[in-house]
Amino acid sequence: MSIDMAQFIDAFLEESFEGLERMETELLALDGGDPETLNTIFRCAHSIKGGAGTFGFGAISGFTHGVETLLDRMRNGEQEAAPETVNLLLRAVDTLRAQLHAARDGGEADAAEVAEVRTLIEAHLGDAAPASEAGTPPAVDGDDGIDTSSGAHDGGPRGWRIHFQPYADLMRTGNDPLRMFEVLEELGTLSVHCETDRLPDNADAFDPEDCHLAWTLELEGDATRDQVQEVFEWVEDECDLLIEPLDADSEPTTEAPPLTPEPAEMGATTPRPPEASAARGGSGNRGAESSSMRVNAGKIDALIDMVGELVITQSMLTDISEQLEEDPSKMEAQIERLRTGLGELERNTRELQESVMSIRMVPIAQVFNRFPRLVHDISGQLGKQIELTLKGEYTEVDKTVMEHLGDPLVHLVRNAVDHGIEMPEERAAAGKPETGQVTLEAFHRGGNVVIEIRDDGKGMDADRILAKARDAGLVGPNQHLDRHEILQLVFEPGLSTADQVSDLSGRGVGMDVVKKNIRGLGGNVELESEPGKGSRLTIRLPLTLSIMDGQLLKIGDETFVIPLIAIVESLQTLPESVKQAFGKLPLYRLRDEYIPIVDLAALFGRTEPSPLPERALLVVAEADDQRVALRVDDLLGQQQVVIKTLETNFRKVPGTAGATILGDGQVALILDIAGIARMASGRDTRAA
Amino acid sequence: MAKVLVVDDSASMRQMVAFTLKQAGHEVIEGRDGKDGLSKAQGAKADLVITDVNMPAMDGLQLTRELRKLGDYKFTPILVLTTEAGPEKKQEGKAAGATGWLVKPFDPDQMMNTVNRVLR
Repeated sequence: MSIDMAQFIDAFLEESFEGLERMETELLALDGGDPETLNTIFRCAHSIKGGAGTFGFGAISGFTHGVETLLDRMRNGEQEAAPETVNLLLRAVDTLRAQLHAARDGGEADAAEVAEVRTLIEAHLGDAAPASEAGTPPAVDGDDGIDTSSGAHDGGPRGWRIHFQPYADLMRTGNDPLRMFEVLEELGTLSVHCETDRLPDNADAFDPEDCHLAWTLELEGDATRDQVQEVFEWVEDECDLLIEPLDADSEPTTEAPPLTPEPAEMGATTPRPPEASAARGGSGNRGAESSSMRVNAGKIDALIDMVGELVITQSMLTDISEQLEEDPSKMEAQIERLRTGLGELERNTRELQESVMSIRMVPIAQVFNRFPRLVHDISGQLGKQIELTLKGEYTEVDKTVMEHLGDPLVHLVRNAVDHGIEMPEERAAAGKPETGQVTLEAFHRGGNVVIEIRDDGKGMDADRILAKARDAGLVGPNQHLDRHEILQLVFEPGLSTADQVSDLSGRGVGMDVVKKNIRGLGGNVELESEPGKGSRLTIRLPLTLSIMDGQLLKIGDETFVIPLIAIVESLQTLPESVKQAFGKLPLYRLRDEYIPIVDLAALFGRTEPSPLPERALLVVAEADDQRVALRVDDLLGQQQVVIKTLETNFRKVPGTAGATILGDGQVALILDIAGIARMASGRDTRAA
Repeated sequence: MAKVLVVDDSASMRQMVAFTLKQAGHEVIEGRDGKDGLSKAQGAKADLVITDVNMPAMDGLQLTRELRKLGDYKFTPILVLTTEAGPEKKQEGKAAGATGWLVKPFDPDQMMNTVNRVLR
């Protein structure tokens, strides 16, 4: 039978990556070697080893064998779960992950690292036996301790005589003598003689579930002793068995006719590694990660339910239209039904939309899970004591958001560990517990996902940040900033506040990149900090990237959409608040702030700049800490809009974040407030 | 055609074993672990059980012991999948009441050879 193993490889890789993640989590939680935890870790390694061997990744299987052996000894209490052992196992997990990635992507894992970790594990095991040399796990071989050298070939015997006397309970393990004889028969010409002398004399002693018979079998042909032995492999300890060459002295006891002589060679029985991943075609390239995702089956079921309801509603609407055609006189009643039907349709559509959206939502645990390891490693390197607490790991975020969240979060958590939490002695001197706390929490608030990174470390020194910012020319010598504003300066490019630049973080690049990444996801990040008490970073992200709440507005005869989240307020101008400076954008004074007024129609080149009417309608919007006041002609409704990128459908248009299709089929541009602010400041002299 | 219960906590192994059996014309019931396997076994009488050993919830050896207690499975062939070729592990399986074993790694041909030793 030829079966292409490649079709199972993706599933194997996916579950192996999950297994590695599990191993890592449990290893980090392994306090002193709890047996149940060790069992779980062992099982993960065990599955990877077995699967790797089966699916053609012999080297991975061989590597895992050593890991498994070490874990086996740990769970049996033969080896201590010392920190260095746990660290070695964590390193082995990394190495395995790299090997599996290489297997998936058709690349090569770092052979030196693999060999080194392997050697370390072997050294840890303290003997030479564990990891098998060839990279493949031990193969099936003949039976131990039995002479397998003599065969029926080479002028040997013309067959075998087998004395087979099962013990009474042989059949209770599901072994069936008849079936075994049938297998023997495939090896040559078989004659069977049944010995009934063990049958009990009286019926009371006869247990039909016991085996009371014995057999002498003669197999003629060129089967080897190994082949014959194999047939009895499973029952060796449940029978008396003697296999001797047919030429030996003992006389054949009977001439029982052969059953059905049909000699056939049994297939080769040595394990043969299946075809490796070479035949996997395109499935192995990079990006496999992002092209597929696991979806909770419940979500799919809900979706199917909803489609079912949609179909019902559709047939109801069809029915109404038919009724109307047949009997227009009942218009009134039918219109009532039509309204109900449309209401139903609206509800179905909304639910369907929510359902479909939820498919893209994945628990943030997928990102959070990497942090216990990270904190463990860094705090070990730095000699700090840190306890990391994860909260709200099951908060769901859009898959794309999550994929882009990893790097910024790593940076922020590193910062908290590296710069936030003090050395144990320093903490003790400050009257704090020696173990620092870092908390990573996610939750939903409004239409946003909020992620907080908190530490109880030394906090930020606002004076020092301000001094650095002045040095770097980010803040003018006479510019006054409040504490909150000063703290937000850490997100400016080129501002590092670490006393020492360490290996881990803080080279003055990073926080600005973090902010840029979060902005790119349509979110924002804020810092709060109190000296001596710690810091808190708050990241706010939209639930999804493809749908947003928008405010529709009219400029000239065009409809535009701006993200509701960007709107600060809408107002009618008071003439005395408008400041007009020559060659500059007019400014609007809103409380203590001057905000540039942007004439969108002119900005987009629709009309010539026109003077501001006495009582104009302004929408004040904010993005990237910049505010602009947009001149609009009318405010329309608010609604959820589906964002379509212009780049893929048309081309990039400055000042827009995309487009959407309105209910009446009209296309409306979605304004990019940050972009407009940039355009406006670049066109100062020409606008207005 | 026989009805085969395949129990393994690894989905890829289970798929591979199940696919191979189906290709050979057998009907397959799948169990995710020992516990699940036991309830599937009770739901439908299988002609052959193939089970992994190391599994959460209930391991393959315990599953074998539990199955042997059921009237329906007293004489049913049960094959355990093991990664150990050593006699010790094999004996554990036998002691629990398994018919035989299949040592990982194996390929579909080897598996069917073994399956054919116990299935009629």
